[in-house]
Amino acid sequence: MGGKPKTMLIGEDGLRHDGRKPDEMRPIKMQVGVLANASGSAIVEYGRTRVLAAVYGPREPHQRFMVLPDRAILRVRYHMAPFSTSERKSPAPSRREIELSKVIREALEDVVLLSEYPRTAIDVYLEVLQADGGTRVAGVTAASLALADAGVPMKALVAGVAVGKVGGILVLDVDELEDSKGEADMPVAAAPDIGLVTMFQLNGVLSEDELERGLSMALTAIENIVSMEKEALKRKFEAIGEEV
Amino acid sequence: MSITPFKMPVIPIIKKQAYLSLYEKGLREDGRRLDKPRNIEVKVGVLEKAEGSALVKLGNTQVLVGVKAEVGQPFKDTPDQGVLVVHAESVPLASPIFEPGPPDENAIELARVVDRSLREVKAVDLESLVIRAGEKVWNLWVDIYVLDHDGNLFDASMLAAMAALETTTLRDYEELETGEIVVKRESPGAKLKVNHKVVTVTTAKIGNYIIVDPNFEEEIIADYRLVLAFDENMRIVGAQKTGSGGMTLKDFKTALKTSKEVAQIYFKALEQALTSGSTQWAEQK
Repeated sequence: MGGKPKTMLIGEDGLRHDGRKPDEMRPIKMQVGVLANASGSAIVEYGRTRVLAAVYGPREPHQRFMVLPDRAILRVRYHMAPFSTSERKSPAPSRREIELSKVIREALEDVVLLSEYPRTAIDVYLEVLQADGGTRVAGVTAASLALADAGVPMKALVAGVAVGKVGGILVLDVDELEDSKGEADMPVAAAPDIGLVTMFQLNGVLSEDELERGLSMALTAIENIVSMEKEALKRKFEAIGEEV
Repeated sequence: MSITPFKMPVIPIIKKQAYLSLYEKGLREDGRRLDKPRNIEVKVGVLEKAEGSALVKLGNTQVLVGVKAEVGQPFKDTPDQGVLVVHAESVPLASPIFEPGPPDENAIELARVVDRSLREVKAVDLESLVIRAGEKVWNLWVDIYVLDHDGNLFDASMLAAMAALETTTLRDYEELETGEIVVKRESPGAKLKVNHKVVTVTTAKIGNYIIVDPNFEEEIIADYRLVLAFDENMRIVGAQKTGSGGMTLKDFKTALKTSKEVAQIYFKALEQALTSGSTQWAEQK
């Protein structure tokens, strides 16, 4: 808190505390089809942040009244494992997790072709295995991959990234330290192939100019992450092709 | 778990086409232009027992906020700051779509957006809430009570929270030899230190139109809503897209421009309420 520790977040060389340039992402890893039971699954890493996603369905929900006549409903749970944080997190859903489940659902709903599956439910389960900033946006990326892996038809792939402001400078893909000590954290998710921003939040203070620059910084990064998603999906199906 | 709403009223969906043809003429069902908020009424000091309170009417939407200040402990990582907690209740008397029970995801989102918009810009001077550093601080409980839901709970709640905080007083207290703090509940107290005024402006995307301050039916047919929080210097101090639709960059820029203008209207309503002083709850004959 306060103004003092900011100097260490951006060094005199203009680099961030972990040596990244302001517009540099952490190393991203992704793999699909990592769980046997789920219809689709994916694991995504943004640096030390690690999120596992599983998709079940389309299927008939246990509570049968919980359906819509013209389309599928999407059910999303964002959950943090108790060991994912420095101090153990209670496994009971927090207010934060309830809100994030909602904004992640809303980040996916416009790209999934729900009208293909009336009277069913598509379940997306996200488990944050390790939290080091950007868990909700890594979660959106993992969910998008798992949905594609499950063969659920989508208008486009979605990916997310958070832009922050530390020491007065806009930075891409904030980690936990930058998030907690910085001046702003702006999680963004988008489907660049159809030109839509599907998640947009701001936690912090920005000028109008910073807001617009931050958003375009996020969108450029998201285009790259979506390309990586396509590669990850290809890798799985090429491997299957080689086996045949 | 967050679930696609499956119990929404259907009437507004049937009326969507009628709404859209009105928008084409630049009008709303209630005669408003697309970029105009409803009539705003802010009454402060409507409750005697709360340390701060405000009742906001935004059209037919009514939100009551009560601020209670209790002596408590600071968080371990912020021993030199008081505690601010924002909570929202969608009480069942406010709408046929509300049911008794703990806050649902919408109420939680509402409280958290208001909380963030106040917290990040340090609207409330939390340092001034310290009674004895590391041991005793004021805990400020901002409770948002939705009384009548006709849409745009974000803007109404933010106005009410801000007006309530601006009129909050911290009671006098006595420090006993044992170190215990005894609050003098009926004392006049001292005004809470507020650093910044904050308002949120909500726009909704319906068809190809962006409208300001959506009512309940407009919220039901909207693709998404964009909530932007501003302080008095017109910095952006919070934002949230809520609802399932995706947002184009062009629409974002349009919404930002419109929201900035509407923020001035809200600031003016807030200012008027604060200068005119406390008001009666019920209308008098």
